[in-house]
Amino acid sequence: MPTAIMGCARDVVEECGVARFVFTDFPLGNPCGKPWDIDMQRSIVGSALDLLDRAWMARTTVQTPFRWGNDMWRKAFMRVDDNKREALAREGEERRRRQAEIKAGR
Amino acid sequence: MEHLQAYRSFVSYIDRSREYYAAQGYPEPYAWAHHDDVPFAPLRKRLSECRVGLVTTAAGPEAEGTTDALQSMRPREPYAEPSDPPPARLFTDHLFWDKEATHTDDVDSFLPVNRLAEYATDGRIGSMSPRFYGVPTDYSQSRTSQHHAPQILEWCREDGVNAVLLSAL
Repeated sequence: MPTAIMGCARDVVEECGVARFVFTDFPLGNPCGKPWDIDMQRSIVGSALDLLDRAWMARTTVQTPFRWGNDMWRKAFMRVDDNKREALAREGEERRRRQAEIKAGR
Repeated sequence: MEHLQAYRSFVSYIDRSREYYAAQGYPEPYAWAHHDDVPFAPLRKRLSECRVGLVTTAAGPEAEGTTDALQSMRPREPYAEPSDPPPARLFTDHLFWDKEATHTDDVDSFLPVNRLAEYATDGRIGSMSPRFYGVPTDYSQSRTSQHHAPQILEWCREDGVNAVLLSAL
């Protein structure tokens, strides 16, 4: 089955290895364009259709020309720093406790 | 703007998540899928004659109201839902995307069901599949490749799909 993937996690998709990849350098969540931006969404889907049609080998990546607007998200997402370490450790403990509960069928 | 920089500009989620989960006290880093050999299927006919399907990692209507991210880690099944009328919303709260930077209130920002329908109307593609397909994120690569993917392929064949666009949140 011919496939093309639209995504924002370049390293994850390229390490996995896919036939065709349309990469947009946005925060995770909107791989097909900014919310309510019909022209941008149309362009990104159009790139995916172009790639379906024209790519001739696996691992073909194209990057769309769009920019998010600011780069704050690049450093903020999943950030680990000394102010957050304690909270993150607590989150992890809570998560493991709930996972064990789910596993036990509760 | 042209400038020089010492680091790649795009975020490495593999690096970022390794540090993040270590800080949460997980002893082993997450092992990401990696394939040395990658299959490639060429289009067998003109795009304007192809029926194109969509696959999403968002959850279907049955997950609506699931607010607990861990509850949502229970094994889920793939689903197929009508493309027309297009869904007004899909459930994404349980997935790991950047909830501070953006939102998923516009379905077409992650599942371009209206945009693809427009390309069908314009004749760029032959038609859109009458259903779109959902694949669960459950952190099991073997379930994804051995159970979920074959199920979605079967639905695509039932619907006469010739090519698929996938979008990952």
